[in-house]
Amino acid sequence: MVDNGTDIQKGILDGASSFFSLFRRNIGATIGLFILTIVILIAIFGPLLFPNDPWAMVTRPFLKPFSEARHLLGSDLLGRDILTGIVYGTRVSLLIGAASTFAAILIGVVIGAIAGYFGKWIDDSLMRFTEFFQTIPSFLFAIVLVAILQPSFATICSAIAIVSWPPVARLVRGEVLSLRSREFVLAAIVTGQSSWRIITRQVLPNTLSPIIVTASMMVASAILLEGGLSFLGLGDPNIMSWGFMVGAGRTVIRQAWWISFFAGLAIMLTVLAFNLVGEGLNDALNPRHTREGR
Amino acid sequence: MPALLDIQGLSVALPKGSDRPLAVEDTWLRVDHGEIVCIIGESGSGKSITANAVMNLLPRPHVYPVAGRILFEGVDLLTQSPEAMRDFRGRRAGMIFQEPMTALNPLMRVGDQLKEVFDSHNALTRKERELRVVSLFREVGLPDPETIGAQYPFRLSGGQRQRVVIAIALALEPSLLISDEPTTALDVTTQAQILKLIRELQLKKGMGVMFITHDFGVVAEIADRIAVMQNGRIVEQGEAPQILNSPQHDYTKRLLAAVPSLTPPPPRKLPSGAPVLEVIGLDKTYRSGGAFFRSARVVQAVRNVSLHLSPGETLGLVGESGSGKSTLGRCIARLESIGRGQIRLNGNDLTRLSGAPLRRVRRMLQMVFQDPFASLNPRHTVGRTLAEGQVVHGVSWSDAMARAHELMLLVGLEAHALNRYPHEFSGGQRQRICIARAIALDPVVLIADEPVSSLDVSVQEQMLTLLKDLRQRFGLSMIFITHDLRVAAQIADRIAVMRLGEIVEEAPTSELFRSSKHDYTRDLLAAVPGRRRNLRG
Repeated sequence: MVDNGTDIQKGILDGASSFFSLFRRNIGATIGLFILTIVILIAIFGPLLFPNDPWAMVTRPFLKPFSEARHLLGSDLLGRDILTGIVYGTRVSLLIGAASTFAAILIGVVIGAIAGYFGKWIDDSLMRFTEFFQTIPSFLFAIVLVAILQPSFATICSAIAIVSWPPVARLVRGEVLSLRSREFVLAAIVTGQSSWRIITRQVLPNTLSPIIVTASMMVASAILLEGGLSFLGLGDPNIMSWGFMVGAGRTVIRQAWWISFFAGLAIMLTVLAFNLVGEGLNDALNPRHTREGR
Repeated sequence: MPALLDIQGLSVALPKGSDRPLAVEDTWLRVDHGEIVCIIGESGSGKSITANAVMNLLPRPHVYPVAGRILFEGVDLLTQSPEAMRDFRGRRAGMIFQEPMTALNPLMRVGDQLKEVFDSHNALTRKERELRVVSLFREVGLPDPETIGAQYPFRLSGGQRQRVVIAIALALEPSLLISDEPTTALDVTTQAQILKLIRELQLKKGMGVMFITHDFGVVAEIADRIAVMQNGRIVEQGEAPQILNSPQHDYTKRLLAAVPSLTPPPPRKLPSGAPVLEVIGLDKTYRSGGAFFRSARVVQAVRNVSLHLSPGETLGLVGESGSGKSTLGRCIARLESIGRGQIRLNGNDLTRLSGAPLRRVRRMLQMVFQDPFASLNPRHTVGRTLAEGQVVHGVSWSDAMARAHELMLLVGLEAHALNRYPHEFSGGQRQRICIARAIALDPVVLIADEPVSSLDVSVQEQMLTLLKDLRQRFGLSMIFITHDLRVAAQIADRIAVMRLGEIVEEAPTSELFRSSKHDYTRDLLAAVPGRRRNLRG
């Protein structure tokens, strides 16, 4: 127990160099990071390279991929360029993933920290509240929320956040619960620091690494959720997203496989990249874990 | 006839990047039939690695022997096949570990755990095993040997669990027993019983025992021969009386001198005045496991305790684990809710305060904890740790840092270490930082909960000197919680003995050691290891 604390500190505090050496040791994580970098670059600079509106009908419908250099991945059933759609969809997917994860982490950390720190009936009631959300299948719940609220960027983000915060709350609660009885927290109480100050300065910074790991995995599942919603036609009708493209190509998949395929591939690669990076972070931020394996 | 165990020039390598290249260096050690050889050393001296090397339990491939031989009845263990070693372990050599809580499988009846030994060595028939289990349990002095085998480990006390572990180690009548700090996790009275048991069994069976410990008291109780280890080397070895009475090596002398004496120093002159702290009729009850439909388990941790603390005085609070001494300390520091009773600090009733007024008063009552590794926030620099408490009481950051600077020098650390993180410090240094943090707020009362228990004796001695110095300098009143009567004798002006949540005896230190009135106090005193051989008695 004692040593575990120092190991974690060493892993975190020995600075960036040991972090990256631990991270790099994991080949999967390096590949994930590579894919992720490309995806992010596309999200930022892609629209500059493809100035056309993704909704614009620029060529004939059902153009096969790799047949025309100007429309490399072909066109969909209305003659919209698929590559342009995917490029614009990157931005949407990443934004929705990041925004909804941020919101979910915020809710989860607040509820988890309060429950774990104050314990007793506060813990009990907050955890029952959390379990209430966990009992509803998350995808169905998200569908219901979006359907009620009218699909838009904001409602999709909130719906995803609302269905994905409970695991964060439980994780943070557990971490806080164990830190709560650590002697440095007791020492902070004895020196007269307020509960708010102790939670924000002493306790939460020590829960950071598991939160970061969870967050990277959550971005992946948020992108999947958004894809699912758009596929079912519950996406924001004004934005081109990967899920929408998969859904749009669904009816003609026998004649024009490429309409669904490339968007689906984009989702798969991005989600995979986030998961790989998440696992790499987990290994790098929890040296105890890796040391056993070495 | 070859020696039972003969370690010849053993060297064990540590992984790259450790603080030294070899965990154990050129070690020569003999254990003969019928003798107990104690290896004593401070943490990190390589004593456990030596024991594990004999059993081939080193965490390979990171730690491995690089030179030397380990001869067991003339056969080199280092060249044996894994199968041969597996048979050697258990059949020829048994091992007892430090932590009886984790040495047993919590989900298995203790009798079955003992039978497993016969299973894995294909010894005895089913019928014989049943009988052997009972006779072993009887031999190690467990109550109800016929039925206790059906119990799970959690039903047994720490001492009983250690007896089970010993029974397992002795099941196949090995000729060598390796004990790695077998009594360190136990209370003194239990420790005395277990030491006696090991000695009796060793005499009866003529075993050779390799006994690893950090405690000279234990060594004085049990050793026939002693080997002193420092930084991976045996610096001195010889017959027990010779080493204990006329040590040759400086390190041995220093270690022996650091063992606190059981004779209290002459009483100090204390300033008179009204008590700074009074505890009146304090009760603390824990309820656990209660839920909607179940009734809670109720444990009364502190019962009707009253005590007082004069200005500048140090009150030693001693007792065995579970006596409620730590709980009492935490109640006084208001870290636990209180059932009944009053805590008066300079006349203010702490029990009536809460929220901001309580936080303001907390400044006057500070605490130092047992575990220096858990007591510091791993993500804060030492400077921040020392300043934080002052800042919440209205001191500016720059003033707080200036004070932190002074405090570091005061507790014997270098001031430029303020920018470093806790993991860069040793246990003793961290405990100094914890003391500095407590002193930073100019408290009136310092509650020290086992502050030296996890430290090596030499560091322990320095820490006691530091505390004595600080209490003199700042006129601190102190509640010093400890399980170690030797430490209490050295630092406390008055001692209160706790048992099952109650204070059974309270007296000035010298009086308590001279003529204790309560039977329990006398039992505790009699159990202090090393007393019989008058080790710094």
